Amino acid sequence: MPSIKSLDDLKKIREEALKKQQLKETSGKTEVVVGMGTVGIAAGARETLKAILDMIESEDLSDIIVRQTGNIGLDSFEPIVQVNLTGESKVTYGKVSPEIARRIMKEHVMGGEIVTEYQIEG
Amino acid sequence: MKATRSMILVSSDQESMDRGALEVFETLQKQLVTFGLEEEISISMVDDISKRGASPLILVYPDAVIYGPVTPADVPFIVEEHLYKGRVVESKQISPYDLSGRVAWLSSRKGTLPAEHRIVLKNVGLIDPEKIDEYIINEGYEALGKILREMSPQETITTLKNSGLRGRGGAGFPTGLKWQFVAGAKGDKKYVICNADESEPGTFKDRLVLEGDPHAIIEAMMIAAYAVGADEGYVYIRGEYGLAISRMGKAIEQAREYGLLGENIFGTDFSFDLHIHAGAGAYICGEETALIESIEGNRGEPRPRPPYPTTAGLWQKPTLVNNVETLANIPAIVRNGPEWYKSIGTHSSPGTKVYTILGNVNVTGLIEVPMGITLREVISIYAKGMKDGGSFKLAQTGGSSGSIIPASLQDTPMDFDSFSKAGVSLGSGALLIANEETCVVDLAKVLLNFFRNESCGKCNPCRIGNQRSFEILTNISEGVGTLQDLKDLQMLSDQLYELSNCGLGQTAGSPLKDILAHFKAEVEAHIKLKVCPAGVCPMSGHRTY
Repeated sequence: MPSIKSLDDLKKIREEALKKQQLKETSGKTEVVVGMGTVGIAAGARETLKAILDMIESEDLSDIIVRQTGNIGLDSFEPIVQVNLTGESKVTYGKVSPEIARRIMKEHVMGGEIVTEYQIEG
Repeated sequence: MKATRSMILVSSDQESMDRGALEVFETLQKQLVTFGLEEEISISMVDDISKRGASPLILVYPDAVIYGPVTPADVPFIVEEHLYKGRVVESKQISPYDLSGRVAWLSSRKGTLPAEHRIVLKNVGLIDPEKIDEYIINEGYEALGKILREMSPQETITTLKNSGLRGRGGAGFPTGLKWQFVAGAKGDKKYVICNADESEPGTFKDRLVLEGDPHAIIEAMMIAAYAVGADEGYVYIRGEYGLAISRMGKAIEQAREYGLLGENIFGTDFSFDLHIHAGAGAYICGEETALIESIEGNRGEPRPRPPYPTTAGLWQKPTLVNNVETLANIPAIVRNGPEWYKSIGTHSSPGTKVYTILGNVNVTGLIEVPMGITLREVISIYAKGMKDGGSFKLAQTGGSSGSIIPASLQDTPMDFDSFSKAGVSLGSGALLIANEETCVVDLAKVLLNFFRNESCGKCNPCRIGNQRSFEILTNISEGVGTLQDLKDLQMLSDQLYELSNCGLGQTAGSPLKDILAHFKAEVEAHIKLKVCPAGVCPMSGHRTY
């Protein structure tokens, strides 16, 4: 890893990281983000994440990035899953059980149809 | 209060009342029924909003639109256009600027509600907390580079002082001033400690930051260290926060790999290293001197003050102790400047506050909003109303040691000064909201049970005072209390506050004091009528103590 010795070094690292991120965004990859804070995990986010990963493997899906993040504050709706399809705005789902996660993967990520029943605002 | 889609407030200060506010209110009520909106929209009168010459005012939430002056004749049109059809009546609308009272801060809310303003939680829930690059993409470590390269320690402190940031751990002490004390203290070595021993029941704001954006804390601690002249720091995280500890550990490792922690940071002669210290589950260790004792390897008992930690803290060296939320504000303040920060929130308490909402409401969770929002707004907008159509009875702010807020104070702006004027305190930001099925005696009993267990036992007022208060409350809840007990409770809560050594005992009596001040009749019913109005207490008639 390069070490940061000046503001320019920091800027360089930032730009490289940004480039990598933009590459991801323009590469047509779908991003699935699972909220993995304590509340999310307690509500079953690990099982949800596992279901998503299993689905990707069993359906042999490519070009999907699964990421984790912290808690966004909607504790009543955990586990929370966000789906970012390229060129579309982010969709947030609440109370996503493994069952619902499989449906979201099938209908939204693969089929392009938002599963409105479980969608939440914000 | 039910789950409503909109809320209307009518001003009821003296000027508004003179100019027919009551009539406006009544016409509104009728019109809402006419349009069949009475279930969806709640209306209330509040007396601390006003604008000279424009009253009576009507405020419509969540759009944050203000109308004024409104006459009863205007009401049908406003209801039809705005509330029924959803079009703002621009001819009657006034700007939120120059308003006095609590709507003044509305001007800082750009756009409409629910517009949370996220500074502390900006990255939380967006970035992957285990990847330093994602933090760097979001302007991470820029503030640190800026101060190391361009600002002197004193300039950094001045920036912070000018921002008006006040400690978010509960007491609201001006952060810049605290930094100045440590910077001015004599010592060959100084320490910076992040107090992440978030043990106040019902508070979980710090955990979110630690789990979701750990690098922000590292960056802020380094800025603090540079400003006060420290070269070593500790993050004291409560032991129960396993995930927070592991993510913070990973973050420290990654920062070291980039050379952001260690020697000669950013090519300057500033060096800093950071350790994690996990707590072992004691509530008292959130008190800063007990926390310091705990890091030193001693029993977690508070020290007498003075000397304050700012002059003799960890290993008797000058030590800066800041709360997680306080620190999380700092990189943003350095990046955007103190003027920007001051434009958010209220005049005396700039910035935002993170609240954790829990209790008998429809949506629990966490919000970050500008200082000065009211409890009524939090309940109806963010918490989506009381659960099962219940009515609001009281709220406890700031966890177990916080104040009890009765319904009469739910329109007080939530900032440090307005709350202290009303005789209550904001505390750490937990909002426990209770409905009418909560019994105040039972609530006090639960709280005192917590404190008698968590008192470290070092000083008598706290050790014995909490135990005695609990015993008396138990007797009252069993229907064997006497009127003398009430006097004793009052005395104990005063003595806890006046005589205890540290914050634990000093604040333990405050919920009790509030209950005796605002809900005395309910406590008396337990004693005189032997009845628990909420039907919660056992009232067995048996004396336990």
